Amino acid sequence: MLGKTAGGLFWMFRYLERSENTARLVEAGARMSLTRSVSGADEWSSILTTAGASLSYAERHDSVEPQKVIDFLLRDKDNPSSVRSIVESARNNARLVRTALTREVWEATNDCYLSLREELSKPIRDRDLPHVLGLIRQQSAYVRGALHGTMMRNDIFDFSRLGTFLERADNTARILDVKYYVLLPSNFNVGSSLDNVQWETILRSVSAERAYQWLHSGDATPVGIADFLILDRRMPRSLAFCYAKICDNLGYLEADYGVRHTSHDLADAVRSQMKDRSIDSIFDIGLHEFLIGLIRDTNALGQQIERDYRFNG
Amino acid sequence: MIFDEMFGTEQSPRGPYQDYASWIDQEEAKRLAQKSLDAESLFRRTGITFNVYGQQEAQERLIPFDIVPRILSSREWTRLSKGIEQRVRAINAFLYDIYHRQEILRAGRVPRELISENEAFLPEMIGVEPPGGVYTHIVGIDIVRTGENEFFVLEDNARTPSGVSYMLENRETMLQMFPELFSQVRVQPVSDYPRNLHRSLSETAPSATSGKPVVAVLTPGIHNSAYYEHSFLADQMGAELVEGHDLRLEDGRIAMRTTRGYQAIDVLYRRVDDDFLDPLTFNPTSMLGVPGIMDIYRAGGITIANAPGTGIADDKAIYSYMPDIVEFYTGEKAILKNVPTYRCSEPDALAYVLDNINDLVIKEVHGSGGYGMLVGPAASKRETAAFAKKLKARPKNYIAQPTLSLSTVPILTKAGLAPRHVDLRPFVLVSPGAIRITPGGLTRVALKKGSLVVNSSQGGGTKDTWVLEE
Repeated sequence: MLGKTAGGLFWMFRYLERSENTARLVEAGARMSLTRSVSGADEWSSILTTAGASLSYAERHDSVEPQKVIDFLLRDKDNPSSVRSIVESARNNARLVRTALTREVWEATNDCYLSLREELSKPIRDRDLPHVLGLIRQQSAYVRGALHGTMMRNDIFDFSRLGTFLERADNTARILDVKYYVLLPSNFNVGSSLDNVQWETILRSVSAERAYQWLHSGDATPVGIADFLILDRRMPRSLAFCYAKICDNLGYLEADYGVRHTSHDLADAVRSQMKDRSIDSIFDIGLHEFLIGLIRDTNALGQQIERDYRFNG
Repeated sequence: MIFDEMFGTEQSPRGPYQDYASWIDQEEAKRLAQKSLDAESLFRRTGITFNVYGQQEAQERLIPFDIVPRILSSREWTRLSKGIEQRVRAINAFLYDIYHRQEILRAGRVPRELISENEAFLPEMIGVEPPGGVYTHIVGIDIVRTGENEFFVLEDNARTPSGVSYMLENRETMLQMFPELFSQVRVQPVSDYPRNLHRSLSETAPSATSGKPVVAVLTPGIHNSAYYEHSFLADQMGAELVEGHDLRLEDGRIAMRTTRGYQAIDVLYRRVDDDFLDPLTFNPTSMLGVPGIMDIYRAGGITIANAPGTGIADDKAIYSYMPDIVEFYTGEKAILKNVPTYRCSEPDALAYVLDNINDLVIKEVHGSGGYGMLVGPAASKRETAAFAKKLKARPKNYIAQPTLSLSTVPILTKAGLAPRHVDLRPFVLVSPGAIRITPGGLTRVALKKGSLVVNSSQGGGTKDTWVLEE
């Protein structure tokens, strides 16, 4: 496979994952605005931070208002990380790697682009927001379904999955880090529950409020949530889960090509930080430090994969 | 009198259209209209688009597709394909000769200055032996019809002819839209083209090849107007789609950067013009090609398809000599006729052209895509005057042809079937051992009533082209 193609696949699936994550963040924020009486400005600010869009948003808007944030994150053409821009980037990458994709995956991606371009071309009215968010989720589910149902399990698949899980690990780590202070024991009086707004936003941002409820019978403790999102191997957006997948896919490439690269060692090292570890020991070294380190490592791993597999020469 | 391929000059359908006509007579207009829309959305979903330069919005456009097929009988096709094969053979022989002993110039059959002063002639190719002796691996011959037995070659495309993906996708679309129709009318398949292309290219692999030849398609990139076709063909052949920056010189070969290191390419099906192929030999600012590829090519390290310098054979000034060229190299009269052509470089011809400018089509010798031409009968006084001025300033740049009364085939309009002018581009594959012609080709149709311009860049559409089984 061409290095360029591997890179195109990797980024195509990073972008698709990112668009879904952004939609999920907006969904969590919108839900907060509707159901909680608190002023939403803080929540929307942290959503912008999580999406890595605070600075670019501030350049264009004076105040944080739900309508403006939603518009900025979903459909602003000048925001390179809006869903509209990202989906276009994903589709451009798909065109670049067209020969590596099955017809089904290409068509699902093209459909995703065409229908979201249409839907996001005009301002979104409040009452249409659930529909638009649903569409984003549905369209990326189609691409994922086509990928799983029709693609060979070879290096093409491995690079696609690496893009997905690297992006997801980064996203989950960011969601936690933006909120790390509310999870700190020092801010948390023994016996009292976490501020409902805070934990609900976190769990909704990863579409896991229901799963958490089932596992923990509604007992939202900082340790419980951090454990769930960092270490729980059953949770498909947890850091441990993402890194298990990253290591699996790098492992398939190692077996397939017969070559072990630096990126394999990097990934294994990050994974071992979470293996057989208790959440308490993470709090001991500092949650923020742990998350910052993980974001940095994930970024470095992405760059290393890029070099090892010659994405750019 | 305009010849309609479905109805001839009568009211009842001609032979090849009889089965189709009785099928479409049974169809409800509403269903057909719906199928037209379905076809369009199918094309959009599949992403069969072409890029339009210089337009921000709607960068990707669909070429309109008409659901009424263009039908040829197997007898008509056999005759056409014989003529095409003869012509393509002659083109290759001509190219070999022009870049070697130049017998045809010595014999005085083609004027020497037409070659030596021609931009499409590449001195760098003199004496080069292309692998397998093949210059034009892929050729598209543009054919028009004016009557029952009147076919003319309008143009040869010996550089990088495009449109074959539309030929293939048009058929796929028709099969999806009207499966029942294909069980009633037996149509020769076109779907072997990608396999034949791969086979043809592999058969011209250079001497440096070890093992199964590695074929790759070179594209200028995602913004090129024909990018869809490049990726489509690479995909269908199971070949890598590469760009200049994926390639470099490695141990005397051209190699592509893969996830496991550099891998040598044996045959490069390039969709990049000669001028951009090698910045060391041609345009030094080109980012689309591979520095040094011409040296590797000359040393037998890679096959470039089509060979550099083939443009000298499809030049519009050379075109007028094609009947002589065919005769010179095959010893036979040309089976397919040329359109009578006036070379404006010749004073008598120029005088005639200026006198009859309102009845002629005047084309730039190096133009393509329907740009830079004057359709005399359709042009305004001012356009004609402006063009005449250009023509007088650089007569060598132009040729002129009578406006042919092109045949029509019906298209589906809101008001039912209506005749529109068409042309035909069959695709030919050349390898050392075989010339393979896909039955049919790409039919282009002028969608505007009365219009003779079929180019997609000028509002033309396409049709599926059927050659019936015997």
